[in-house]
Amino acid sequence: MRPRPATTTSSCRGLSNNVSGLHLLTIEEAARRLAARETSSLELTEACLSEIERTDGEIGSFLEVTADLARKQAKKADARIAAGKDIAPLTGVPIALKDLFITEGVRTTCASKILHNFVPTYQGTVAGRLADAGAVLVGKANMDEFAMGSSCENSALGRTSNPWNTAYVPGGSSGGSASAVAARQALGSYGTDTGGSIRLPASFCGVVGLKPTYGRVSRYGVIAFASSLDQVGPFATSIRGAAALLGAVAGHDPRDSTSIDTPVPDYTSGLGSDLKGVRVGVPKEYFIEGLEPDVEARVREALAKLEELGAELVQVSLPHTEYAVATYYIVATAEASSNLGRYDGVRFGLRTGEEQGLAAMYGRTRDQGFGDEVKRRIMLGTYALSAGYYDAYYLKAMKVRTLIRRDFIQAFERCDVIASPTGATTAFKFGERSGDPLAMYLTDVLTISTNLAGLPGMSQPCGFDSEGMPVGLQLIGKPLDEQMLFKVGAAFEDATDFHTKIPTSVAA
Amino acid sequence: MKLTHDDVRKVARLARLELEDTEIESLSADLSAILGYIEKLAELGTDNVEPTASVVTMQAALRADAVTNTRNPEKTVANAPATRNHYFVVPRIIE
Repeated sequence: MRPRPATTTSSCRGLSNNVSGLHLLTIEEAARRLAARETSSLELTEACLSEIERTDGEIGSFLEVTADLARKQAKKADARIAAGKDIAPLTGVPIALKDLFITEGVRTTCASKILHNFVPTYQGTVAGRLADAGAVLVGKANMDEFAMGSSCENSALGRTSNPWNTAYVPGGSSGGSASAVAARQALGSYGTDTGGSIRLPASFCGVVGLKPTYGRVSRYGVIAFASSLDQVGPFATSIRGAAALLGAVAGHDPRDSTSIDTPVPDYTSGLGSDLKGVRVGVPKEYFIEGLEPDVEARVREALAKLEELGAELVQVSLPHTEYAVATYYIVATAEASSNLGRYDGVRFGLRTGEEQGLAAMYGRTRDQGFGDEVKRRIMLGTYALSAGYYDAYYLKAMKVRTLIRRDFIQAFERCDVIASPTGATTAFKFGERSGDPLAMYLTDVLTISTNLAGLPGMSQPCGFDSEGMPVGLQLIGKPLDEQMLFKVGAAFEDATDFHTKIPTSVAA
Repeated sequence: MKLTHDDVRKVARLARLELEDTEIESLSADLSAILGYIEKLAELGTDNVEPTASVVTMQAALRADAVTNTRNPEKTVANAPATRNHYFVVPRIIE
């Protein structure tokens, strides 16, 4: 064990508690204390590492804990703060990254056997911007293999449980990023969202999760799943924390030609006002058959609270919602079948079957390296793009995508933000949906349209069901209007205490 | 839409997946069920609808035609399963 400064003796590893309590801080409070030099980054980092050591055997948020790197980065951050210059909002803040963010020198697996030994020799933009800002990386978080899944059960390398009750899944695909924040193993984290992979686990784990507008954050160094849908976003225990995390990574990047070249606002400013004049659209198609009564009740209560805070509720319609899942599973799998063509056992990752020649090497490497869900999607996408079926499936899906997009354009003529449940249900138990791919796909029925339309969407805690599992409120905004989501989210958060509830597994 | 085992084998060849027989069995059932669900898209008339390939309308990004990366063969091949003299090694293709 490395020697630690005297001030961190209260966070000794191996004890049944974590007395410093620093792991419980929101990002904005941690940043305030760091700037005021009331606490050090090393103390914050030790508190998180100690909590990881104490609880991650049971929760399994991490595929790799980067403790040595974290301590090194924390000391550098402390030196930066001591020098009083070059201090960014995340300087010294411990964070986790989903294991599909390329991190130079740190193993990056995408939770797949095919990349089990991949150590990037270059830095991705998100990891690079965070390192430049002085953020501290505590580890790489578990996920559904290649971000394909809604429960985190499709990881080939580890099992992640929901910190609120370990019999339940954390949601997916960014399950480890969500559980790490919910379990206070990191103050914030990043994931990616292709059809709900940030918002759904945020909802299931009772934290804030945001998928920004398509193109807002660079995807250079993000292992690709579906390139017209993938987007990077943060998890935090507070709206202001999520806003700070987004600000640290958003903005144009010449190395990602789909990143949008418009200025990044200060997302943390102007929060805390009332909601007078804000029109909140309530889409009737999102209050569907199959919505759990507890979920509907909590979300209706949240809508009433928004109204109480000055917002005006407006009924809107998104008539093509019922076609979103079908559209998505053509578009996303077609793009995935192309993106995953690169895993062939030649340049990186697993190789097997080479003694039988090149074709056998490709075929066996891919059969043994990919898990069942990944293969299912590659097959579906290949089929949809194959000769004779392109018009019936892929072209058709791209046209329906236009109709789904138009629904939102029309709805936003009548409102400033759309509110709905994030998931139709709260977290489910392990194995409950994993035997039925279609049932699993329908888990994302309320989040997928947002990706097809490229809009920003956020989930935040709005209560609990009768089993004590968290319920998420989803807010969907106009393109590049993340600020509206933060404004409404902060007003709701300031008026409620759901975000202050923590799982009993967390050391108080 | 019902996918036969032969259909699945044909798609697997295109996708370079050497599937086990049990996988062909289960994929034929799974894919048939999923495609059956996807058929609901046919309910919608889309004759005069433009397809959406990307939600961001942007011009193709151009840059100067200049080398921006530095040559670093060690890094380039660092993760390769087999290399020789900074080349990727694959099984013999031409006899």
